[in-house]
Amino acid sequence: MAVKVRKHILTMLHEARSGHTGGSLSAVDAIVALYFHHMRHNPSNPRDPNRDRFILSKGHAVPALYAALAECGYFDIKELLTLRKINSRLQGHPANTKTPGIEVSTGSLGQGLSFGIGVALAGKLDRKDYNVYVMVGDGETDEGQIWEAAAAASHYKLDNLTALLDRNRLQIDGFTEDVMSLEVVSERWRAFGWNVIEIDGHNMREILDALHKADAHKKQPTMIILHTVKGKGVSFMENKAEYHGVAPTDEEYEKAMKELNDLEKKIHEKYEKRKE
Amino acid sequence: MGKLINPRDVYGDTLIELGESNPNIVALDADLSKSTKTYKFCYRFPNRFFNMGIAEANMISVAAGLASCGKIPFVSTFAVFVPGRTYDQIRMSVAYSDMNVKLFSTHAGVSVGKDGVSHQMLEDLALMRVLPNMKIFIPSDPVITKKIVYIMAENRGPMYSRVGREPMEVIYDEKELGDLKIGKMLDIKDGDDIAIIACGTMVKNAIEAGRELEKKGFSTNIVDVWNLKPFDNNMVDKIARKVNVIITVEEHSIIGGLGSAVAERLSEKGYKGKFRRIGIKDTFCESGDPKDLLEKYELTAKHIVSQAEEMV
Repeated sequence: MAVKVRKHILTMLHEARSGHTGGSLSAVDAIVALYFHHMRHNPSNPRDPNRDRFILSKGHAVPALYAALAECGYFDIKELLTLRKINSRLQGHPANTKTPGIEVSTGSLGQGLSFGIGVALAGKLDRKDYNVYVMVGDGETDEGQIWEAAAAASHYKLDNLTALLDRNRLQIDGFTEDVMSLEVVSERWRAFGWNVIEIDGHNMREILDALHKADAHKKQPTMIILHTVKGKGVSFMENKAEYHGVAPTDEEYEKAMKELNDLEKKIHEKYEKRKE
Repeated sequence: MGKLINPRDVYGDTLIELGESNPNIVALDADLSKSTKTYKFCYRFPNRFFNMGIAEANMISVAAGLASCGKIPFVSTFAVFVPGRTYDQIRMSVAYSDMNVKLFSTHAGVSVGKDGVSHQMLEDLALMRVLPNMKIFIPSDPVITKKIVYIMAENRGPMYSRVGREPMEVIYDEKELGDLKIGKMLDIKDGDDIAIIACGTMVKNAIEAGRELEKKGFSTNIVDVWNLKPFDNNMVDKIARKVNVIITVEEHSIIGGLGSAVAERLSEKGYKGKFRRIGIKDTFCESGDPKDLLEKYELTAKHIVSQAEEMV
């Protein structure tokens, strides 16, 4: 599924001729893990009050989320090609008033984690057992509001709240450690009173294991630091800040799709072999 | 003179009333609950009150999250912080996301007085007026304050309201006032020569000025803009058709607030009469007793009268 979502992302961005390729590709595996293997959600009733919530605070990675939502059945896969076009429900950044399955409008960084706190507090008040997952970009944690939220979530002991940090080490102007250093990032979150788990953000088994641990952890919110690669899955886009905010050209698109198709074929063969 | 009551106390007491009948009402504050009077709600419903510390940006987005789950969050602090510090959070998490969040700010205008410019807020109406989906309410007395808090709780959507720090004189009789309709200004007194369109703390001054002008032989029309947005274009049109002198009065910058809203409508409709905005004239004020500030920055009834006389 992760390869399929990556292909959707490239096709959408190529069709839209704009968008954020790198940060969408790094976020894919965690989003796929949540929507296809972990969260309790109902595509035919996106407003189900008992649903687990996913909030994409790094709103620019929304192509990854749209692709996952479409594959789940929140809307038609064909609609993905309308991304960023006039009259589309798929805005350049998440818009809850337009797209089924989007919880809140984001894109101005730093706000999604706070929103997740509100949802988590409401869950506690209403004694509901849903969980709240918020994906935050690493560059995004430059924002002061993230640290206001970090303090509040641990103050209110929100163990129904899990943040996922897409630690791809790049932001628009370059490496996070050059633009505004974050390290030691795990220590920062621990110091704010969070339960911290560090994993390979592209390893499905590790992601699912971390999510289970996060759900089971009591009295503290959990931060899962996803060590990821910006542009993951397309060799020539990996770890390049240049691919933060641009769509693939025709040539790049062909090349990237070939890589992903080959990968898909390989996975399929491996799976068939295992079946034998 | 009517009885003096602090609108902040009315707000705090009304929140409790609402909280008794509606379990979805919750309140948030940013370490100013003693001043905004949300502490009253906190004492009565400790589980439904969230002190977010001195972190207003976070508070706004948290409120949006609560609203997305069916809660009706009332968010309070000084107007200089909400909306002052939090325009983007209000824009993204509340207005654009169309969340049912109620922003109720206190210490608006120059009423914080001695604290000075850092704590005075004269730009909030301008900031909130430009946001789609946002409704704006400006109480002019304690009676209408209570009605507004009820309206905010009972109608869905993002809303902003502001009161000052100082006690307000009772202008209205609760029964006579009846039900307020969103989008309708209050025509307090009809008249043909001069119209004074005022909001919030300045309604009282407008009424006083009106009495003076009547004594001098001018028929005066007084309007209370308790609801600045959605804006009552019909009322402005009606006034423009019959009155040749129109004055707006607000404890706010003359840019972007009530005066601007009225000016926009009048000019679009080709108003031929005389029009002036009374408010803070694109300047920061200073520390001082609120009364002295209103005098120095020309927001008293006496001032309205002299402006009106110049114009007729």
